[in-house]
Amino acid sequence: MTSERVTAKEGPWAQLRELLTEFYVAPYRGAVARARRDEDDLFMLFVYAEMMGVPNPATYYTLELQPLLLERFHEWHTRIGMEHSPLDHFRCC
Amino acid sequence: MRDDIDYVPTNRIVLWGHHFTAVAGAAPIIGPGIAVIWGWLPAFLWVVIGTMFFAGVHDFGAIWASIRNQARSVGSLTGDVVSHRARTLFMIVIFLLLLMVNAVFAVAISNEFQATPSSVIPAWSAVAVAVVIGVLIYRMGVPITWPTIAGTVILYAVIYLGELVPVTLPEQVLGLAPGAQWIILLFVYAAVASMLPVWLLLQPRDYINGIQLFVGLGILYGAVLIASPTVVAPAINPNVPASTPPLLPLLFVTVACGAISGFHGLVGSGTTSKQLNTETDARFVGYLGSVGEGSLALVAIIATTAGFATFADWEAVYQTYNTQGTGAFVRGGAQIASDGLGLPYGFAQTLLAVMAVLFAGTTMDAGVRLQRYIVQEWGTIYNIPPLQNGYVATGVAVGACLVLAFGAGGAGGTGGMIIWPLFGTTNQLLAGLTLLVISVILVKLGRPSRYTMIPMVFVTTMAFLSALIQLADLYRAGNYLLIAIDLLIIVAAILVALEAASAFMREKRKAAEATG
Repeated sequence: MTSERVTAKEGPWAQLRELLTEFYVAPYRGAVARARRDEDDLFMLFVYAEMMGVPNPATYYTLELQPLLLERFHEWHTRIGMEHSPLDHFRCC
Repeated sequence: MRDDIDYVPTNRIVLWGHHFTAVAGAAPIIGPGIAVIWGWLPAFLWVVIGTMFFAGVHDFGAIWASIRNQARSVGSLTGDVVSHRARTLFMIVIFLLLLMVNAVFAVAISNEFQATPSSVIPAWSAVAVAVVIGVLIYRMGVPITWPTIAGTVILYAVIYLGELVPVTLPEQVLGLAPGAQWIILLFVYAAVASMLPVWLLLQPRDYINGIQLFVGLGILYGAVLIASPTVVAPAINPNVPASTPPLLPLLFVTVACGAISGFHGLVGSGTTSKQLNTETDARFVGYLGSVGEGSLALVAIIATTAGFATFADWEAVYQTYNTQGTGAFVRGGAQIASDGLGLPYGFAQTLLAVMAVLFAGTTMDAGVRLQRYIVQEWGTIYNIPPLQNGYVATGVAVGACLVLAFGAGGAGGTGGMIIWPLFGTTNQLLAGLTLLVISVILVKLGRPSRYTMIPMVFVTTMAFLSALIQLADLYRAGNYLLIAIDLLIIVAAILVALEAASAFMREKRKAAEATG
């Protein structure tokens, strides 16, 4: 959930929505973002599992996602504790 | 420092709202509700003076010290500014505080459910409302305004249902009285809640709790202004019940939140400082956050001293020290809301009982979760794999709280409020530690430190004396579990004083060397 900046022109209802959204989101922004990142990390593992030698019955479906997730690959493997790419044939760093 | 996760500059009014709702809970209701047994004047003066010269300085100072040091928490700063020993002390005091807050709030909720059975359905309905709001907003992307309005309306509508269907538990289940049954049910709930994702329960529950706080304060202050009730309690009570401990020093630990509370420093330096837009906002957010909590404590004093028809009625309620608190607040506040706003007395009573229960319940949710984190951290530090498991850590956290709740109050779970002064003592000790850190930073910067030093010496002395008095009482009562905890607090208080003296001498020496 993201907070959109509203101006006075958009009226009091939109301002109220922004105020309530910020009041709702801000205290737990970090916790929710971290939980979402953990879910994303697990998803990355599913997508690249087969390439790392872990059998994955869903490979047929996740294969086409690999190019889309490549941009986040380096950030992912460093965050989960692997200094270098775990894939022999794919050296991102 | 902005990372859009933890460090996000936030509008200061919104941030004040967070800080205020995070620090204001059931404690500023229970503490003053107990302390008026000495008369309304001591509690009133301590809340007003405490808010202005102690809590405001402490909360503002904690946020300021944190923002000047990469928004680190006071616990983390203690290690650098004072000593590593002081940091260990800080962690022990925090663990004790969480243990007591969970135990004492479970007992307070249990007492309230038994005193006001009509509050049971509305209080538990709030959990369902929170989960629905969480799913609507997080999973379905519904804009927040409508779930907020609908959730708030449902919350108040269910109060009528609660009145129609009051819930009482059986007299005996497996040999347990209703109070004990409620305590166990509450901890089972807290354990489950602490394991759920924060977006599903904790976040929406905190949110509706914040809305409830503003609505509740509006209702109570509105009713007080319209009804203009007469205070029937004496300014100073000359005939306090025999079991009541001396006003000095116990007043200063009985009323912690609402005057000064170490817990605020944890919130201020843990989350608030990371969201501050500019350093100058620290005063607005920190100081006014304390003023907000002081206003809740003041209305609790008004409810418990002016919400009764006669002095005899008030005296009948305050027969013993430490048994009142939320009960007196609910009864007195309901009478004032009924007189001022024309609400039916039963409805007003349920409304205030639900408000108090929700405040305590939300604190319990967060408290058990934090305790689980601490236990898991110990598992990692001392390499005990089972403790790193979330279920085991939750079991240990909840088990410790249950031992304290029943160990302090007996198998019936009815006397658990005996922990309250010890909770206040621990809270004040934590406040003393935070003020110590702020004072040392001020000395290092060559700024006047008396504004934080004087409150530090005062609250630490009061906490120490209170712990000594309670030790004697607990020894007479033969409560060895609480004696052990009290001794731990006394040792911690002595160590805080020694650490403070050592830190100041060191800084003074450094300053002398620099000038000389």
